[in-house]
Amino acid sequence: MARLVHASDRALLVVFDDAITAAAGNDVRVLYEWLSNDSPAAIVDLHPAYASLLVRYDPLRCDPDALARELERRLGSLPGRPLREGRLFEIPVRYGGSHGPDLAEVASATGLSESDVVTAHVGGVFDVRFVGFSPGFPYLAGLPERLHTPRREAPRTHVPAGSVAIAGAQAGIYPMRSPGGWNVIGRTDFVLFDSTRRNPATLAPGDRVRFLVAGSGS
Amino acid sequence: MTALRVVAPGFLTTVQDLGRPGHAAAGVSASGAADPLALRIGNRLVGNGENVAALEMTMVGGSFRFEADGVFALAGADTEARLRDRAVEPWRPCRARAGDTLVCGALRGGARAYLCVRGGIAVPLVFASASTHLLTGLGGLEGRALRAGDRLLLGAPGEDAPFDRVVDPSGLPGYRAGEPFRATDGPQSSWFAPEARAVFYDTPWRVTEACDRMGIRLSGPPIQLARPRELATEGVLSGAIQVPPGGLPIVLFVEHQTTGGYPKLANVIAGDLARLGMLRPRDTIRFEPISLAAARALLRAQEEALDALFS
Repeated sequence: MARLVHASDRALLVVFDDAITAAAGNDVRVLYEWLSNDSPAAIVDLHPAYASLLVRYDPLRCDPDALARELERRLGSLPGRPLREGRLFEIPVRYGGSHGPDLAEVASATGLSESDVVTAHVGGVFDVRFVGFSPGFPYLAGLPERLHTPRREAPRTHVPAGSVAIAGAQAGIYPMRSPGGWNVIGRTDFVLFDSTRRNPATLAPGDRVRFLVAGSGS
Repeated sequence: MTALRVVAPGFLTTVQDLGRPGHAAAGVSASGAADPLALRIGNRLVGNGENVAALEMTMVGGSFRFEADGVFALAGADTEARLRDRAVEPWRPCRARAGDTLVCGALRGGARAYLCVRGGIAVPLVFASASTHLLTGLGGLEGRALRAGDRLLLGAPGEDAPFDRVVDPSGLPGYRAGEPFRATDGPQSSWFAPEARAVFYDTPWRVTEACDRMGIRLSGPPIQLARPRELATEGVLSGAIQVPPGGLPIVLFVEHQTTGGYPKLANVIAGDLARLGMLRPRDTIRFEPISLAAARALLRAQEEALDALFS
């Protein structure tokens, strides 16, 4: 059952679950899409995440109790709401070497060969749960369990744009050069963020991603 | 179009307006002026709308040459500015003649100052905002801090006349120097034992050198969770007080990441956010718990007092 929390004096947090579950992820997506398409006027921003949706409002133009009641009302009728149809994206990756400096480390941590790691990564179909951290960064669920690996002990100060990375049960792609602590196993030229587009992030909750070995001709 | 030439950029000067909320779901945080009250007041002084783009200077101000006659105001920390060899008073509109260079010095009494020019700084808008987001290179002038030689186009002045008086915002609720930062409970406040929260609110925290538009790292006694717990990454806002495993709090600021996985002990209230933008390394700050109702009352009082400055 979802609960509403005052996250601050200008935001309400809708928590669907304390754990990262597919059901909670789906509820986040339903409420997020509903509020984006039909937004109460006082809402200024929406932060979807794994199992929660942060709803930021203008504290000078909003009665938070009225907004909470409106959110409660929508929470009561989430089941059966129409959803945007998710798309499937195929993302070509150059694995290992200078493109994936942590591929060897992931192989040794999982007891697999480097090519087994690549095979497992391209064999998965990932769900885009949300975009966060930095512009266009997709948080992907669906990493095969044998690839679950702790994040790097010392985060890098600069991870190159296009780095394809994994950490724990999570997978993602760094759209632009940024600091980062995930294990980088490859790199892609796939564009994840373009500020000139109306929807700047390429991926959105509900989309699916499959990785391909770049140049393999599939 | 007339323009402003950057003769010297100062330590870190960027184009800022009130930011671009509304794109967190694409991973874009709002950015915007670190001290939005100073920006809003500076803009009103020169007859601009409150959200018009201006220059945000950090720690050391820059020098700027006017290519045509213009009206400007300095707001925020005192920059010891000079124009034609005369001191320029902050918090009031001033006139510059074509060819004049405004020279700002080291900032005193705060980390940031704003140069608001009548008509505003005209840069291409990204999601309807001129604000520079330094970490991601979005907005502002080519997404970066200003450099010597940059030429900044100025927009057309609006219909409002400049406000030809000095204002004194130092008594605005939430804007008084030295007051504690008031904070409300956050979603994980109960993850911390009452003793840990008492330490947080009793400690004079020191602002470290890691104090920028992304976040403000504090040093003091480490604060620990009552028991180790993992948080599923969730949405975060400017002003959130995150406590990473090392126990030293980080106050998220205007260029924060849109989501984060560290538990949040509390959140600085909306009415005290502008003052975060004035913090400098080695400042000492305190926090004070406050109810949501009191936080809202303070914000409303601040808005009323702001309007009263111009009545």
